[in-house]
Amino acid sequence: MAETTLANVLDVLKAESNEILTDWIEQAGEDGAKRSDLFSEREERDQAKSLLNAFRKGVKDGLKDGDFDLADDHWSDLRGVLSEITHERVERGVRPEEMAALILALKSPIIERIKERLADNPDQLVQEILLLSQAIDRFAVYTSEVFIAEREAVIERQREEMMELSTPVVELWDKVLTLPLIGTLDSLRAQEVMESLLEAIVQYQAEVCIIDITGVRTVDTQVAQHLLRTAAAVRLMGAHCIISGISPKIAQTMVQLGVDVGEVSTRSSIRSALTDALTRVGVAILPVEKVERTDK
Amino acid sequence: MKFDKAKRAASLDLATDRDVARARTVVGRIMKEQDAKVLMQTRFVTAVSEIARNAVRHGGGGTMEVYLLPGGRIGVECRDEGPGIADVEAALTDGFSTINSMGRGLGGAKRLSELFIIETMPNEGTTIRMTSRLRGGR
Amino acid sequence: MKSAAIYPVEGVLLVSIQDDITDTDILDLQDELSTKISEMDAEGVVIDISALDIVDTFVGRVLAQLTAIARLLDAETFVVGMRPAVAMTLVELGMYLPENRTALNLTHALSKMRDTASE
Repeated sequence: MAETTLANVLDVLKAESNEILTDWIEQAGEDGAKRSDLFSEREERDQAKSLLNAFRKGVKDGLKDGDFDLADDHWSDLRGVLSEITHERVERGVRPEEMAALILALKSPIIERIKERLADNPDQLVQEILLLSQAIDRFAVYTSEVFIAEREAVIERQREEMMELSTPVVELWDKVLTLPLIGTLDSLRAQEVMESLLEAIVQYQAEVCIIDITGVRTVDTQVAQHLLRTAAAVRLMGAHCIISGISPKIAQTMVQLGVDVGEVSTRSSIRSALTDALTRVGVAILPVEKVERTDK
Repeated sequence: MKFDKAKRAASLDLATDRDVARARTVVGRIMKEQDAKVLMQTRFVTAVSEIARNAVRHGGGGTMEVYLLPGGRIGVECRDEGPGIADVEAALTDGFSTINSMGRGLGGAKRLSELFIIETMPNEGTTIRMTSRLRGGR
Repeated sequence: MKSAAIYPVEGVLLVSIQDDITDTDILDLQDELSTKISEMDAEGVVIDISALDIVDTFVGRVLAQLTAIARLLDAETFVVGMRPAVAMTLVELGMYLPENRTALNLTHALSKMRDTASE
């Protein structure tokens, strides 16, 4: 018995690897999966060659009992090459369906060849074609998975950058921080806001934080809850929280929630919040003439 | 949810409250090695502390296994062979709001984890499996 | 090293808790602290938790109890040095520790205590 279920596939891969490579690239061209605008002839061939080599290795060791599982160790080389090439191609602007088409184009050159060899053994032929198709389909799916994972990483990075831009914690005065909130405040954003505010408290050793919600589009009970929790966390850290930009209606909503968070102040404007904050750290804003008089 | 295919990162016995502290240290260290976000680490180690204490105090001791899961996640399985939890619903209700209650903190653990599954049989014991992401939002 | 220690500082008891503290240690601490407050007639207690990676519901409950006990013995309790991630986790657990006063660090706690005394 042969060592691999795909004995004939392995044979043609060994004996005719150059021819298969050429046919594959040609087939990919016909299927519209070749991107001569992005890759040189040479690059396409090198990529295809390393895939084919890794594939041969996988067929040799990884299909002994007719089972195929891409997660097996035998396929680790191929997985590596697949993700590397997907990464390279995606980076240059190849679409995921083109990447999948490129992989799928490998089927016909191999099938053509084993058809000739197994002309008088149809059972074996069907078995090998089935398993080969299954494996190659899985590779195509795998490249899509790699592609999606890369996209997700990009989105996550951009989201983080946006989050940083949208939660600017500013040191207004010694020990006084302010955080002007703009837009909408969902749970995820509320958590990020809380995180950056608390970290800034440590960094600046702040005693008072003003959260200004004048620019928050809607303040419903959910948002009010988030704000109260943020204030509670600020208090746990040992600083005092002032929420400014509160309309009488929002104030009522917050009171009705009835969460006892200890000492949270609310102010209608950032102006009065600032006065309050400065008083708490022992500073006052006075007209210049008044200051000069006290100097004497 | 079972952790069959996952990689086991640690296994420890839970007999005393010293073991509860050790469970916290071990899970914290594993998450740190995996470059987990500090917040995710704090949340999950807190959850681990709750279920480990529960196994020691109410389950007569048990075992805990820690797994690294695909997709940047960590999982913990905590088993005891204690009396089981008669009313799971009630046990998962926050019991810590009253100072004197023996609130078991299981509700807290549930809130701080991503997936939280509890299997319990009277007189046979309790198994809790829970997971957390290592990075990213909640 | 002991996982909790109590030092007298300027008429105040400073309690520092280490990260590997067990439930038993923390209950022992509660006993020891109650005795010391009354022996020293301390006006305040400052519990430094900056070494704690986590505060779970048990530790949270004990902090609240310590505060209540100290109050009965006429001493004010501050919790200082809580880490951001710990504060966020406690809030998520719904444990706001309303009985405790808080400060960034020991110096802040002492000055807040003096402010209250002079009022």
